[in-house]
Amino acid sequence: MSPATSSALKSRLTQLEELEAESIFIMREVVAEFENPVMMYSIGKDSSVLLHLAMKAFHPARPPFPLLHVDTTWKFREMIEFRDQRARELGVDLIVHSNPDGVGNRITPFTHGSSKYTDLMKTEALKQALNKYKFDAAFGGARRDEEKSRAKERVFSFRDANHRWDPRSQRPELWKVYNSRVNKGESIRVFPLSNWTELDIWMYIHKESIPIVPLYYAKQRPIVRRDGMMIMVDDDRFPLNPGEEPVMEQVRFRTLGCYPLTGAMYSEADTLEAIIGEMLESRTSERQGRAIDHDQSGSMEKKKKEGYF
Amino acid sequence: MSAVSMQTSQVRHFIGRQETKGLLRFITCGSVDDGKSSLIGRLLHDSQKILEDHMAAVKADSQRWGTQGEQIDLALLVDGLQAEREQGITIDVAYRYFDTERRKFIIADTPGHEQYTRNMATGASTADLAVILVDAARGVQIQTRRHSFIVSLLGIRHVIVAVNKMDLVKYDQVVYQNIAAECRHFMRTLGIQDVRVVPVSALMGDNVVKPSANMPWYEGQPLLEILDTVDISNDRAEDMRFPVQFVNRPNADFRGYAGTLVAGHVRVGDQVMSLPSRKTTKVKEIVTYEGLLSEATAPMAVTLTLEAEIDITRGDLLAHPDRAPTVAREFDAHLIWMAEQPLLPGKQYEFKINNQYVRGAVQRIDYRVDVNDLSRHAAEELKLNEIAVCRIALNQAVAYDVYDVCRETGSFIVVDRMNNATAGAGMIRRSATVKAHEVHGNVYSERLEITRQQRANQKSQQPCILWFTGLSGAGKSTIANAVEQELFRRGYHSYLLDGDNVRHGLNRDLGFTDSERVENIRRIGEVSRLFVDAGLIVLTAFISPFRSDRRLVRDLVESGEFIEVYVSTSLEVCESRDPKGLYTRARQGQIQNFTGISSPYEAPEAAEIVLDTSKLHVDDCVAQIIEYLEASGRLKL
Repeated sequence: MSPATSSALKSRLTQLEELEAESIFIMREVVAEFENPVMMYSIGKDSSVLLHLAMKAFHPARPPFPLLHVDTTWKFREMIEFRDQRARELGVDLIVHSNPDGVGNRITPFTHGSSKYTDLMKTEALKQALNKYKFDAAFGGARRDEEKSRAKERVFSFRDANHRWDPRSQRPELWKVYNSRVNKGESIRVFPLSNWTELDIWMYIHKESIPIVPLYYAKQRPIVRRDGMMIMVDDDRFPLNPGEEPVMEQVRFRTLGCYPLTGAMYSEADTLEAIIGEMLESRTSERQGRAIDHDQSGSMEKKKKEGYF
Repeated sequence: MSAVSMQTSQVRHFIGRQETKGLLRFITCGSVDDGKSSLIGRLLHDSQKILEDHMAAVKADSQRWGTQGEQIDLALLVDGLQAEREQGITIDVAYRYFDTERRKFIIADTPGHEQYTRNMATGASTADLAVILVDAARGVQIQTRRHSFIVSLLGIRHVIVAVNKMDLVKYDQVVYQNIAAECRHFMRTLGIQDVRVVPVSALMGDNVVKPSANMPWYEGQPLLEILDTVDISNDRAEDMRFPVQFVNRPNADFRGYAGTLVAGHVRVGDQVMSLPSRKTTKVKEIVTYEGLLSEATAPMAVTLTLEAEIDITRGDLLAHPDRAPTVAREFDAHLIWMAEQPLLPGKQYEFKINNQYVRGAVQRIDYRVDVNDLSRHAAEELKLNEIAVCRIALNQAVAYDVYDVCRETGSFIVVDRMNNATAGAGMIRRSATVKAHEVHGNVYSERLEITRQQRANQKSQQPCILWFTGLSGAGKSTIANAVEQELFRRGYHSYLLDGDNVRHGLNRDLGFTDSERVENIRRIGEVSRLFVDAGLIVLTAFISPFRSDRRLVRDLVESGEFIEVYVSTSLEVCESRDPKGLYTRARQGQIQNFTGISSPYEAPEAAEIVLDTSKLHVDDCVAQIIEYLEASGRLKL
């Protein structure tokens, strides 16, 4: 057949290669053992890496599962464009789900507060989608270095029939022998990027030239200041206070969520290398840009127990 | 502008090095009282500082970013853990991450005393190295031995003993030396080869990242330097192991076997064997997203296509045929129990091993090991956090290695079928011995490194048994001896079993009753079979009067390998020869059960070769046998 291309045989892989191999193994394990897996696709950089790894894991086949985007209807416009474009380019199935009750009742982060809004438009919407399509395994892009409650979460993280996580009775996870047994209605959240750090994600995006949403790059954007955060006015649904005027600032986003809840940062980093350089300088944890995590003390753990990713 | 371009080149330099970094996973063993959190905090903090040093030039150029930097508060890290404990949330295993210029590190941190065995085993299962903390003021404790045992049990090959709080003992060298000697001693008894003992003060930073000015007598490396440089490149097994994860069939033209090469290398064109079926074929392609590779090395995740379409499914294992793993249904294992409900021998569980679930049971508990003093105890059941040596019996044969040789293919988990809990984790110690021919040749109790055929080829011959049978004095031994000499002269490999070398040793305990004669022949048959496996031409010279016995031996070996040589010399001729005077004594009743006189001889009905020495000279007999061997392809050039 076709001549094989050679690669120098190394005695030991680099850490990025090891992480990649580990993630691919995890994805294949899920596909082999579950009937109806899905990949949570949040459009952010971690999702971009997750999707790229899925393309690798099942090559030459396409990933044998759909992507699920839980759309709160308040995502940045550039995110939605990017989402649709990537799904088209890669030929993967994309399911978009929004909580119809939330949409009907005009739930917004401005009128209902970030806590209630997140519960209805993210946590509740996610449960609706998982129930509707009867997914028994859902990939997520969460990393253990993100937040304290993540540090102890398993790669195969069990959820009961109500999608609840019980941190006190997690299954022991040894070697890479993952327990995939669930009863009907129960499911597993799977985190193939568990052992990646934020720096690993950026290094891998650089190494593999993985496309990411342009919002990660610095650019002049219309900004208002709210509660010490720089919020981008992405569309005309943004309720400006009297006298409040968006100001153009050179900013970028370290993390992407709903635009009214995601803080921008001053930055000149308009290339991947500049972002990495900036990251090396920064000592702030990336989730500090998100209002949701500071909403209540121990909030992430609480949200996860309720079914949040 | 110049500042920006300089920054870019530095970032590129950083990226270049980042992309070549290796990975080291380690576990920290000790309690908060030993200063473990301080040590981890110190490592995280001081290693971050290395990055800061490296980026100092960039920082100076960019005031805007530099001010964001906050130092990690070591106490904060410890406080964080305490806060969680107060909330009643058990932290079983937490994973933490940091980098140096050479490596990325994943720390498995298992705080708390409760569930210690289970949690530590979990953290240790993926670790390359263990850092075991000893409080310098308190010395080696029971927990130090417990930690070391679990570390050795989980197959960790590198241990750093961090003798912490050296500041509290005034950096006393003697304190360090005593602890070091004691640790080295019991680590050696546990079989841990690579042990370093470092005197540190996590609080003060002595010998954690930088050498300590307070302990000039310490000539070894600081902790982080060891973590940075310890050689783990030989820790993985060398033999190729590829447990198939799933069969990738996107269309009719492509059939690939996706999996992770957990050990060794594989190249295109390699002969590979699928276990447990033992079918062989060649590797056609190594498929990846980036294109085809000519070779792959562990732990790469790849997809293999094969030359021949042999039946392979998830759970099968591909290996090189001459370095194949064991395939068996039963084995002995160390089992760590992790469930509230105790393990009951005989109860059916699911065992996940090498990507497949197999039903089975713990057949028996040989003994329970007390993790504190390694003493052994009889046990009827196994409770949470207990460790035992058990015999596992699965309902079907699986391919596996011994855990000490290959962690990936020698480990398994036990799943409780009632609640799907991960109830136990096991490490295979050794194969249970099962007769190879007992289960239709599908069960191989021992690893057959060199095949029967390879042994035969090496000797340029096809092994066989020349089974001489006939009355006492018929000439069996004389002819067999002459044949063997001729074979030896021609350069063939043989061995002669006769009354002289068998009756005095192997069968010394047997007399001449009918049942003892049967056992005599059975043993000779088994030994002959082993010699045939070894590639030899076996000659046996025994009266072997019963047809059923000779039939039994014939059935032990492949067809064509048992060549019956009937030395048909008549009773009259034998009795007239009577070289040892046995017939005379038998006739006088001095010998009981003498064949032909007081016990029957059942002549063969279809012997391959019949020789009548009353008509043939010994040389003619030898010629006839050699001719037969040549004609039947037993002898090659």
